[in-house]
Parts: sequence; C-alpha cells; structure tokens
Amino acid sequence: MAEHGAMVLRVCRAVLGGADAEDAWSETFLAALRAYPELPDDANVEAWLVTVAHRKAIDVARAAARRAVPVAEVPENSSAPGADGRDLDLAAAVAGLPRRQRQAVAYHYLGGLPYQAVADVIGGTAEAARRAAADGIATLRKTYAAAAIGEGEDR
Amino acid sequence: MIAHHETEARDLLEALPAVTEAELLGLRDRLADSAAAQGVLDVAYRTLDTPVGSLLLAATEKGLVRVAYEVQGHERALESLAALVSPRILRAPARLDAASREIDEYFAGRRRTFDLPLDFSLSRGFRAAVLSRLPDIGYGHTASYADVAAAAGRPRAFRAVGTACATNPLPVVVPCHRVIRSDGSLSGYAGGPAAKQALLTLEAA
Repeated sequence: MAEHGAMVLRVCRAVLGGADAEDAWSETFLAALRAYPELPDDANVEAWLVTVAHRKAIDVARAAARRAVPVAEVPENSSAPGADGRDLDLAAAVAGLPRRQRQAVAYHYLGGLPYQAVADVIGGTAEAARRAAADGIATLRKTYAAAAIGEGEDR
Repeated sequence: MIAHHETEARDLLEALPAVTEAELLGLRDRLADSAAAQGVLDVAYRTLDTPVGSLLLAATEKGLVRVAYEVQGHERALESLAALVSPRILRAPARLDAASREIDEYFAGRRRTFDLPLDFSLSRGFRAAVLSRLPDIGYGHTASYADVAAAAGRPRAFRAVGTACATNPLPVVVPCHRVIRSDGSLSGYAGGPAAKQALLTLEAA
C-alpha cells in the first residue's frame, strides 16, 4: 500500500490542494487500513484507493467549508499570476478547473483509472468523463501550457 | 491519435509539483500515529542498524513479533507478516522504541537479557515450545540441540529443535544463536554463520 502513497497525494492535491489534500491523504489511508483485510486478492488496489480518496476529498472539502475560513479558500478560476515556478502555475490552473473536469483529470491521468471507472466514481457516462478530462486538459493547455510548451520543446 | 493525446496530457501534468520523499515520510509518520490511536495498526515496523547488519523489527500490540536479518530479506519478512498476521502494516518506529533501545544496549555489551513483551504468533506447537525455552540458555552460554530437545520434553526431537531454531521469527532476542552442535560446531543460522559467530563472540567478551 505504501507504494501508492505518492500517487494518492498527487490525486488529492489536484482535487483539493494545500493542507486539505494532506488531510484527505491521511483519511484515505486510514480508511484503507480499516478496509484492507476485506479487500479481495484480485482487487485493483490503485483504483480502489482513488475511489476512497474521492470520497475522502469530498468529506474534507465539506468539513473545510463548515470551518469557513475565507482566507484559506482557493478562489475558483484564479490564475495565480507571477508565481515564481511554473509548477505552481500549473497547480493553480488545475485548481481553477471546474470540479468535474478537475476530478476527471486527476482520477484518469494521475490516478490511472480508465474512463469507465472515473465515471463510476464521479457519476455520468464514460464518454462524459472522457470529455470532461479532455476539456480540462485543453483548458490547462490554454491557461498554462502555451508558454511552458514553448520553453520545454527541446527537452 | 487518442494515445498520442493521452501521452501529451500526461507530459503536461508531469509539470505538477513533485511529491518529495520527505513529504511522504512526514505523512506516513502522521498516519502511523493516527492508525495506532484508532487501533487499525496491527503491525508496526522499523529497521535498526546493528553490528550484524540492518535488522527489521516488527511488533503487534502484543509485542515484538519478528526480527529479520537483511540476508533473510526484509521485504519477504514483511510480506509474510501481511499474509500470516495482518496486512495492516506500517513503518511506525514509535512502537519499537523499547525493542530498539534494548537491542542497541545488547550490541553495546550493556544488556544480557531482554525485557520485552514478545508475540509468538508466528510459531506453533513444538516450535513455539522450543523457542520459549531458549531464553533459559544464559548470556554467554551455549546448549546443544539435544539439550534443548530434552528441556522441551522431547529428548529425541533434536532435529525438530534444529527446525525450530532455523525458523525462529525472533532471532537475537530469542537466543537461537546459543544453540550449537554437540561437537561444538556452530551449524546454521538465520542471519548466516558470521552473524552467529559475532553474537557468540560478543557474549563471550
């Protein structure tokens, strides 16, 4: 299970960002420890962890909203101009995506779930999940990648 | 074409901030504390550097359940703990503080007996009976397989004693290294003959 720690953290960060992502990570693995003995031997552990992370991210976001500390909120559609690293720019761009796009991008590209599994987690059809992820990636390209791709072309 | 888009998207997301080893270690420590507090940490483990190499130490809530030499394979030891004890295993050094301290003291020559709760759930039947007798062989002393068989109530079962020692889940702490052949030769050891010799030399000092 430990080998999936980094993957789950990337997913949680993409969906939540900041300290909330760490809380969701901890809650995910606590839930996993609780449920792990009942997990079938042939289960896809990665997909299962992403599913748990999705539910925990919702719980953590809800709890954070209840605490309602306005300064801690990441404003939607913020583009975090002038951040010193382009990594931060991309993270901000991900945070700025609409929720479903953010989830579809995180679960498919960072969590490795096929679109049908993404759809099972976030609702809707596999095709809708694929479109949400594609739209999300397109937006990320527009808000972030135009400059970065140019710089990184000779990698 | 779709595959191409997938690769491009993945490349793009590669630029997200990397998850560092330090961040993960911090999160794992926090998780281990919470898991222990909530009673869902069945097996805690850590590694400890000693003069006979890195030792894997693992403990349940009952006590120390496994000590494994590097040559036995720490990964393999963890896998067998997951299969035989519980898959709820985390690196969580806190539960092993006392065991680590006592083992350090032993290798420094400042400790002659271990005063640790032990969990023998990896040993069954006669093997468990044999292991429970081994601490009777005092520090700096040795006994033969036949001696131990007699002490365990089955004087003819010296081969089974050999098996019990070879499969001792708690080497060093449960002193199977003090069991040698009647002719005085060392015979096998989980940590290898050099480790057995090193422990006996330490205790003879």
